[in-house]
Amino acid sequence: MDILLQVIVSGLATGGLYGLIALGFVLIYKATSVLNLAMGEFMTLGAFVCFTLLTQFNIPFPLALLLTLVAAVILGVLVERLILRPLIGEPIISVIMVTIGLGVILKGLIYMVWTPTFRNFPEIFPPEPLDLSFAIVPSGLWWGFVLAVIGTLIFLAIFKFSRTGVAMRAVASDQQAALSMGISVRWVFALAWCFGAMASVIGGIVIGNISGISVYMGDIGLKVLAVIILGGLDSIGGAILGGFIIGVLENLTGLYIDPLVGGGAKDVASFFILVLILMIRPYGLFGKELIERV
Amino acid sequence: MRCGDFKETYIKDEEIFQSLFVKFWLALLFLFLLLLPFIGNVYMLYIANMIGFAVIGAIGLNLLTGFTGQISLGHAAFVGIGAYTSAILTTRLGFSFWLSIPFAGLVAALAGMVIGIPSLRVKGLYLCIATLAAQFIFEFIFIHWESMTHGITGIHVPPPKIGDFEFTTEKDFYWITLFFVVLGVGYARNLIRSRMGRAFIAIRDRDLSAEIIGINLFKYKLSSFAISSFYAGVAGALWVTFLKVVTPDHFPFFLSIQYLAMIIVGGLGSILGSIFGAIFITLTPELLNYLSEIIKSYIPGHEEIFVPMKEVIFGLLIVFFLIFEPRGLAEIWNRIKAFFRLWPFSY
Repeated sequence: MDILLQVIVSGLATGGLYGLIALGFVLIYKATSVLNLAMGEFMTLGAFVCFTLLTQFNIPFPLALLLTLVAAVILGVLVERLILRPLIGEPIISVIMVTIGLGVILKGLIYMVWTPTFRNFPEIFPPEPLDLSFAIVPSGLWWGFVLAVIGTLIFLAIFKFSRTGVAMRAVASDQQAALSMGISVRWVFALAWCFGAMASVIGGIVIGNISGISVYMGDIGLKVLAVIILGGLDSIGGAILGGFIIGVLENLTGLYIDPLVGGGAKDVASFFILVLILMIRPYGLFGKELIERV
Repeated sequence: MRCGDFKETYIKDEEIFQSLFVKFWLALLFLFLLLLPFIGNVYMLYIANMIGFAVIGAIGLNLLTGFTGQISLGHAAFVGIGAYTSAILTTRLGFSFWLSIPFAGLVAALAGMVIGIPSLRVKGLYLCIATLAAQFIFEFIFIHWESMTHGITGIHVPPPKIGDFEFTTEKDFYWITLFFVVLGVGYARNLIRSRMGRAFIAIRDRDLSAEIIGINLFKYKLSSFAISSFYAGVAGALWVTFLKVVTPDHFPFFLSIQYLAMIIVGGLGSILGSIFGAIFITLTPELLNYLSEIIKSYIPGHEEIFVPMKEVIFGLLIVFFLIFEPRGLAEIWNRIKAFFRLWPFSY
């Protein structure tokens, strides 16, 4: 079996996950122009809530997933209402810093409630790996990929076809015009945060299922920044495509560069890519270029 | 009673020490700082040193973020670069500590300028992500460039010397810290009144307008990154010499957040604010330790809850200050001063 193909396939599967989390970033950014740096902690929190529901209360996975999504909605609304609403119109540094502060708070709280021990997720997917004849995808990655794709498709469908989705797109393109058409911008802001939180929570559950959960899994949220920068901060398609590209590149780095530097390159690869993109094409593949006129 | 601010010449208006009152209190403060090593115990001097390093680093970040408006999430990386430069120069090349400090600053400044290059094309969010990437890339380099940094085992740094006298104790090192803090604060305070400082502020307020009135964005943005990183590098070099060891664990992303918390809590765009912030953020965990000791003696078995408490409190401080007091402790200080100056007729 060709190792290169194997690595590319698992890279694509990881990329699907990155795409989903990136979608969470983009949904929030598009509607509210806030880059939520606490996304990683949203993921961790989702994974831990789901974990607790599964192991402590013995709830079957589909129901646990649903309950976790409800928790995500509550989290999204609370964060939007309590923390970001007062900062509308403040300079960008305040908004970024407040999300960092939020991330630190959530991390500390998760640490307090669940302690920093590393845990394995209970088995929620059938354990057989998927055999593609030229490559084998481990079960967690494969089912995670399926879940991520389903999640992404649902979000895309909502965005494209439903009334709410149209309202969200209207707000993203012009808040004033949307307001004057009778769209409640506040409602859309809250909704965007809910969707963002839901996307990251699904991502968190799947990643937790693959590599176990701990307080520190939130660092993946920062890695996904490379994905959205590559795709363009405000492009949904870009987020998904960027996810695949970064997923594959990262796994290739793990294969070819890691032995040269003694490990760890896989985790920073996305940051190197990020810097490169910013130098060459700061607005990403599909991002809207900001033109300032005086 | 003073009831207004009357100045007749520009020279008067530009003075650093605006009144006799300020001069008096500053002299008193300085006297206190000079006497501190004789009255304080080892623990107090340890804290004083830590505050000193934090002040230098926070002023650096405030020059970049508070005055020039360029957000940096990678300040810890520059602190680390300075620290490693100093450690490597003193242990490998036999530099004296005193010579290694400016080199630490210079190397950090160079790195800062490289990271600052994207700031010419991108700003706001994108720049902030670029600096975040720098943080993780340098952290990776510190761990994996083993021939230089000795990886996670770290480097032992010899204490600084003058002649045969070694600065080994907290008390001895306090003098070095105090010297650099005074130098750093004095330079920053003067810098912001100079042409360069005003250019920084113009760039922060509106970069396009600044460019139109003839400010060279390229030059001043990069200078800001360089000066900020220089401060960070010096702070890092002093810090690890004080700790006598440098490992990659000293410069996590959380340290960058801590520096940002200092300038936000203290006050963006205020030198005094950076000092307040540095003191506040350095003392908070110490206070928490103290509290946990007390609670441990009453209800034992719950001390592990205080480990994450530090993070939660930092986060809460950042969020609360941003929402309720965006101009930080410096503004509260000004309000208190104004209250007493104008009391009892505040209108």
